[in-house]
Amino acid sequence: MADKSNDDAFVEFERVQKSYDGEILVVKDLNLSVPRGEFLTMLGPSGSGKTTCLMMLAGFETATHGDIRLDGTSINNIPPHKRGIGMVFQNYALFPHMTIAENLSFPLEVRRIGKSDREAKVRRALEMVEMGEFGSRRPSQLSGGQQQRVALARALVFEPELVLMDEPLGALDKQLREKMQFEITDLAHNLGITTVYVTHDQTEALTMSDRVAVFDDGHIQQIDPPDKLYEEPDNSFVAQFIGENNTMLGIVKEIKNGTALVELDGGALIDAKPVNVSEVGARTRVSIRPERVEVDKSRLKPGAHTLKAEVLEFIYMGDIFRTRLRVAGNDEFIVKTRNAPDQRRMQPGEQIEIGWLPEDCRALDA
Amino acid sequence: MSDTTKTAKVLAADGTPLKRSLNRALRLQKMRALMLIAPLLLFVLLTFIAPIADMLFRSVENEIVSTTLPGATQRLDTWDASLGEAPDEAVFEALYYDMFLAAEAKEHTKLGTRLNYEETGISSLFRSSGRKLDDIGEDRIDVLEDLSDVWKDAAFWFALMSGPEGAAKDNTLLRTQRQRLTNLTDDDFGGDIGFEPSAEISALLPRTAAEYTAFALFTAIEDRKAVAKQKPWEAVKVALTEDLRRADTISALAGYSGPGAAELKAAQTAAADMTPLNFRDSFVDIDKDWADVDNWQTIQTYSPRYTNGYFLNAVDMQKSPDGPEFRDEKERIYGLLFKRTLFMSLVITASCIVLAYPVAWILANLPMRTANLLMILVLLPFWTSLLVRTSAWKVMLQQQGVINDVLVWLGLVDDGARLIMINNQFGTIVAMTHILLPFMILPMYSVMQTIQPSYLRAAKSLGATNWTAFWRVYFPQSVPGIGAGSILVFILSIGYYITPEIVGGTTGTFISNRIAYHISSSLNWGLAAALGTILLAVVLLLYWAYDKIVGIDNVKLG
Repeated sequence: MADKSNDDAFVEFERVQKSYDGEILVVKDLNLSVPRGEFLTMLGPSGSGKTTCLMMLAGFETATHGDIRLDGTSINNIPPHKRGIGMVFQNYALFPHMTIAENLSFPLEVRRIGKSDREAKVRRALEMVEMGEFGSRRPSQLSGGQQQRVALARALVFEPELVLMDEPLGALDKQLREKMQFEITDLAHNLGITTVYVTHDQTEALTMSDRVAVFDDGHIQQIDPPDKLYEEPDNSFVAQFIGENNTMLGIVKEIKNGTALVELDGGALIDAKPVNVSEVGARTRVSIRPERVEVDKSRLKPGAHTLKAEVLEFIYMGDIFRTRLRVAGNDEFIVKTRNAPDQRRMQPGEQIEIGWLPEDCRALDA
Repeated sequence: MSDTTKTAKVLAADGTPLKRSLNRALRLQKMRALMLIAPLLLFVLLTFIAPIADMLFRSVENEIVSTTLPGATQRLDTWDASLGEAPDEAVFEALYYDMFLAAEAKEHTKLGTRLNYEETGISSLFRSSGRKLDDIGEDRIDVLEDLSDVWKDAAFWFALMSGPEGAAKDNTLLRTQRQRLTNLTDDDFGGDIGFEPSAEISALLPRTAAEYTAFALFTAIEDRKAVAKQKPWEAVKVALTEDLRRADTISALAGYSGPGAAELKAAQTAAADMTPLNFRDSFVDIDKDWADVDNWQTIQTYSPRYTNGYFLNAVDMQKSPDGPEFRDEKERIYGLLFKRTLFMSLVITASCIVLAYPVAWILANLPMRTANLLMILVLLPFWTSLLVRTSAWKVMLQQQGVINDVLVWLGLVDDGARLIMINNQFGTIVAMTHILLPFMILPMYSVMQTIQPSYLRAAKSLGATNWTAFWRVYFPQSVPGIGAGSILVFILSIGYYITPEIVGGTTGTFISNRIAYHISSSLNWGLAAALGTILLAVVLLLYWAYDKIVGIDNVKLG
């Protein structure tokens, strides 16, 4: 989990709790610290507390308990307009009765910045998002992607050190979303601003962030860089939430040299890396990524445990093949293989043997 | 555009032009749509558009003078009022025959009432003259009837006027007389009446034939009696003596050999000895007001079929020989009423905005359940009769009413100096603001509901204080709701009637109360129509101005 006493922490949550009705805690004892310049994504299913955290940071919700600090100062009692945090909203919230330039000029006007200065800053911000010639348009005359850029420019025009984004790409189509993902991270890193980004789209979280905090049930389940999160999930929630995953239930038989021997419910034995199981005899959920499953027995280490599998379905997806197998009673076991010239296309009904490296298979909590 | 549209018509699969094909396909849909709205369209046309058009027409329509007194108004054209003398004998002669027929049809009093709006006293002049018309030429009729009993005989008159069997008939005369009666009474005077004037007698005795034909038409159609059995009117006999005294009649009579030739010749001899009949003096004998130039001037001014008199009246002006002029300061009321109506409507609209805005804001920002509950409270007045609500204000505001009692009890107001809050402008404004408030709240609410809370949050995150966020971001977006509510309330209040009637007293009444008075009490529908037309024009003008300034596209009702 995050270290509490980080001295370079720019944004800090310390033992923060939030309840709306006095009965249910939406955010339970949250500790989080974000260093200056980091792009942090809060990822989680709806209702996991991620948006509430963002709103508390922005000042639209007050924490029921705990302390939120910005650059070392507690901001619990500072109203939102004095926090100086830029924010991009899910529906962009561009003021419909103002032109684009007026929208951008608004935060500068309320800060009583001079007219010429204001115009220069607005122009610069619009050029930054490549919307230079749209200053005199109304928001309704722009496409979704263009509105998105303007919303971004508006959140950045008054040069905040921290920018919050609440699912800003949710309304865009896939291609535009991928383009904007790249642009947003680029912009954030170039300007050196700290970004807290909320999304429920795990691909977005993985491609954009320096670190991802996975939320569930009011807790941060894991906070790590994307590669670590994907490859080394701390628990079965993270493993299942991030990316595609094959899971099988079983009982730990033996733990030795950092490897656990697991007896699956069907009786078969496999090797796995113990992550949060410690004792022999505990229930466990073993997890293996579809692309780490090996179907070619010759590539496995000698003596590795293998499982019998029956091919149920073969799906051609272009760059990869996706094969559905029945393994140890699980009909939804997926294997992804690269579309290479030497790759075999398995036929439904075929009986094969599969295996994997023990370190790719993680024994997690049941 | 693609090349196909330029070079050749696009064809459908069967070779017909695509446009025609499309139109045919859509025609059925359009027809069905039209059929669906047809009942409403007809209903609106019949019950809304048509009455309004009729009402507007009444504000300029003025046919009653020229249809009731066709002959007199025609001859009055050349009369010059500035000479200061009543019109000449020809006008009075025409007036006698016009009035006689009008009096028989009982139309002369209507004309009297109409002209009385313009010149007081004309109503009684017409009424009394109608009763005494029989006096004119009475002695002549006596002479005629003393000469021979046949002049008292209905059948003789009928035979005289019809001419011998197979005689040529004067259908033109019959037609013009039918038209004269139709114009006068608005009834249908078509159909066979068992009488046709003979062409010979109508050439010989034109006036007599005309009046007898009018008598015959009226008797057969209005009274449903046989013409041959009814004695003709006095006017017919007077017309006969007049006709017989004319020089050309005297010479033509020598060659006449039709029915009653002998009696006519005898009557002609007697008529020659009669003293000339002066219609003008006879009318002045009945009522000396007939010599009054002002009365004649009024008749002349209002003899055209259309008049701007009602409109002039509605803006406190009147017709005069030198063109339209303002009335005396003391007689001007409509300008004041229009100004008061506009002013009070503006005050009511403004107070509605002030009161409704916070309510609509709360409604729009509360959770759905609570908002719905409060909405019922807003709508509750709609379920109560308007009369009850207005009367309730009477109870509240009167000098012995609830509010005054409380103020006196609290010692804020002395018992002897209770506040006057009803039967004046204040009472009207309070009651109408209350009654029209829902019309302001509802459009405001529906507009505010569409303003997402994220706009306010965005404004605050950008550094705006609560007030700036409201004033620069929320308020401009709620303006369409204010606009819609204002138009609704203003237009409703400008034509409001019941509430000002009950609580308005004398200083709090609207122009609509005056319109109602003219419709139901003074029966001056023309003036009421003119006032209504002006009111409609003012509303349309304001609507147009509003569209120019605010833009009607910015008005949202939901």
